[in-house]
Amino acid sequence: MHKRVQVNTTINGEPAEFLCEPRQSLLECLRDIVGLTGTKEGCNDGNCGACTVILDGRIVTSCLVLGVEAEGAEITTIEGIARGNKLHPLQQSFLENAALQCGICTPGFIIAAKALFDENPHPNEHEVRAWLANNLCRCTGYDKIVRAIMQAADMNVEEVKA
Amino acid sequence: MSTQYTVLGTRPIRHDGADKVTGRALYGADIHLAGLLHGFVLRSPHAHARIVRIDTSKAEALPGVKAVVTAADLPEAGDRIVDLGEGETPLSYIRGNVLAAGKVLYQGHAVAGVAAVSAHVAEEAAGLIEVDYEVLPCVLTAPDAMKEGAPILHEDLVTKELGEKTGQVSNVADHFRFSLGDLKAGFDQADVIVERTFDTATVHQGYIEPHTCTVLWNNDGRVQVWCSTQGAFVVRDTTACILDLPVSRVKVTPMEIGGGFGGKIPVYLEPTAALLSKKSGRPVKLTMSRRDVFEASGPTPGSHITVKIGATRDGKFVAGEASLAYEAGAYPGAMVGPGAMCILAAYDIPNVTVDGYDVVVNKPSTAAYRAPGATNAAFATETVVDEIAEKLGIDPLELRLKNAAVEGTRRADGVKFRRIGCVEVIEAMKNSEHYKTPLEGPNRGRGVAIGYWFNAGLPSSCTISVSADGGVNLVEGSTDIGGTRTSIAMQAAEVLGIPVEKVQPTVADTDSVGFTGVTGGSRTTFATGMAAHDAAQDVMRQLKERAALLWEVDASAVEAQHGVFRSNGHSITFQELAEKLDATGGPVIGRAAVNPKGVGGSFSGVIVDVEVDPETGKTTILRFTSIQDAGKAIHPAYVEGQMQGGSAQGIGWALNEEYYMSAAGTMMNSSLLDYRMPTSLDLPMIETIIVEVPNPGHPFGVRGVGEANIVPPPGAIANAIYHAAGVRMERLPMNPPAVMEAIWQKSSSQPS
Repeated sequence: MHKRVQVNTTINGEPAEFLCEPRQSLLECLRDIVGLTGTKEGCNDGNCGACTVILDGRIVTSCLVLGVEAEGAEITTIEGIARGNKLHPLQQSFLENAALQCGICTPGFIIAAKALFDENPHPNEHEVRAWLANNLCRCTGYDKIVRAIMQAADMNVEEVKA
Repeated sequence: MSTQYTVLGTRPIRHDGADKVTGRALYGADIHLAGLLHGFVLRSPHAHARIVRIDTSKAEALPGVKAVVTAADLPEAGDRIVDLGEGETPLSYIRGNVLAAGKVLYQGHAVAGVAAVSAHVAEEAAGLIEVDYEVLPCVLTAPDAMKEGAPILHEDLVTKELGEKTGQVSNVADHFRFSLGDLKAGFDQADVIVERTFDTATVHQGYIEPHTCTVLWNNDGRVQVWCSTQGAFVVRDTTACILDLPVSRVKVTPMEIGGGFGGKIPVYLEPTAALLSKKSGRPVKLTMSRRDVFEASGPTPGSHITVKIGATRDGKFVAGEASLAYEAGAYPGAMVGPGAMCILAAYDIPNVTVDGYDVVVNKPSTAAYRAPGATNAAFATETVVDEIAEKLGIDPLELRLKNAAVEGTRRADGVKFRRIGCVEVIEAMKNSEHYKTPLEGPNRGRGVAIGYWFNAGLPSSCTISVSADGGVNLVEGSTDIGGTRTSIAMQAAEVLGIPVEKVQPTVADTDSVGFTGVTGGSRTTFATGMAAHDAAQDVMRQLKERAALLWEVDASAVEAQHGVFRSNGHSITFQELAEKLDATGGPVIGRAAVNPKGVGGSFSGVIVDVEVDPETGKTTILRFTSIQDAGKAIHPAYVEGQMQGGSAQGIGWALNEEYYMSAAGTMMNSSLLDYRMPTSLDLPMIETIIVEVPNPGHPFGVRGVGEANIVPPPGAIANAIYHAAGVRMERLPMNPPAVMEAIWQKSSSQPS
């Protein structure tokens, strides 16, 4: 057993501290220690994007970040996207466009798309596809995901960036 | 047929949608129980070896380790033969794949399991288990495994030859044959004969969620399982069988599932986790790493296929011959039967012989993958058909139309088609905007192909209980992989005459719903939908009786339409009647259990435009249209989604995906970086055309749409590559090196 370290972070706008072993990934910490299981493990080596979270404004695959590296960081996960009872426009658009089938990759896609909007609120199809190239989906062929993101981009910019 | 439906054909938001876009939905690995231990499975580094000795003592001594198990902890299988939904199989094979006994048969084969206070400790402990192996020569492809003198995987595997046990031990578990008419006489009538041999690589279903389960062997002897599976009842029955428990002692709760495509039907982890739980007295979670998923779950067979078709000058197919050797992996049971049933099924050919070989090799035991066996087969057939069209100077779709299977056509495996939509699919391809738009530009080509999958029936159960507010709760047993809660609820809503939002569907555990087969075989919207339809009818029958009671009329005099019951000037809405259930006899619960025989097979087609870079051999998909007969599209957006998803998988299979094996039988690309599935950047939008030729075997005409769409893409892309680059591809994947090699061979200027 390794000695645990206290890590102080802000997760989805709330202060959050947790104890973890130095070898534990941020993905493990979020899922197994903090209890936020919306962030998914697909490969644990950074290649599928299912564990994508926003860390200090950048998207990262949380399986490649150590929990201890999150000290002092602001983290946004899929659980922090909706505003109260109101879904984020991306979430609503994913539902309306049938952009998920099994849904395991969906949190990663929504987080990645949110980060895209933060940089580029009106991406074209190619920009969307290029941005999402690190998020694998095996069910949809991406068609409806790309459409859902394009449709969300047409919504109120303030709402999308919120 | 122009039946007017209120609910069917609309596109409501799925009932589990909000949970799945907010991260609230609980998937296989998302369960956390008090006292939970984490497990790790030690796997073989060798493709073929005898296990000489296993010493687990050092692992057991590591602080934090609570249990270690090996095959010695499993009950003996003896010579029991079991049928767990995939046909009759020796239990020793299923048990042997869960934990290796005596020999390991592929790299990744499970050897021991460890449970500890954390996954890291469990992994550390597994590294302390000493296993001495006597490494044996391995064999990796069907043609090699069929050779005289090939390394033998199973010393007790006696070859079955055309239905008879031969007494001879080999790697060929089974050789079977389908025949129709007189093959020689057929080929004698042919003016053109094309014959080609094809090889396809092992590919993986590639679901994003790894296999995972959590098991608690309770103090009362009950075993509870929470897992990611396509079939909770298969997990229950298999786990009980391997552990030699009555099925009623095992309860399986299917968590949300992160993709399956056939690969989450077999059981890999649950018996091991159960034993670890029994030994430790605590719940145990076992999750595969991505590498484990590639090396130790069930990919789909690589294959070696020859197809020969003869046609008359005017384009009528007169004879067809096919031979399929499929790699089963470590244990018999390659999906060669389905492949052989489908390989020439799209065409009406009077003289046919199809030979199938089920061959074991030192690779993971294969599993189903979306229309299992049919995609390999159609790649071969559709390439040969394209070449015949070219030789005869006939449009490739006209040639297919001329020979298309229709109602009454007999397949070589004996089945006579009922109403099918093969002609309608080809007509829709011909009439599509895509096919009518000429393709221009250098190095570009268009390919077409069609495909068939027969779909499955299997039992399904459903109950519907009516609430006082006029809503209903629908309980069913089909894991929802792509929106089937909603496509099933829609069928109930249509019968009940209420909005689908008033139907609350729940996928239940094995204690709470009647037996339900796997979510597979494109059967869920068909069979569980039929159970929902029948259960809703049962509700309506009882509600009519209640209305009759209120009005003092005979129940047969009560009619219902769009949620209103009427008789003799009386009328009452579904909701008003629901309020009066207690006063008229108590709750109303409808139930149905079905095992439908009216399965309707599905045909699909693909039109694809590609550009082949003559310098690199890279193929780019420019435009792609998928066409499929849904029978009836209950939820058209989800039908399109199935077609687009199957197309994307077919494109990956065609162009990139393969198990890249070393000579020693180790997989060299077992990560999602090196096993290259299509990304968003690799694909265009995927156009869809839904054809609806109702299946007479379903009350709404449903056929099932999950699978047939993956069948034609590799053949269509191969044909497009031919028309772009002039080379006939005879292997999958058609990756840049393979296409380059073919181009060089053609120009006979291969650099030295």
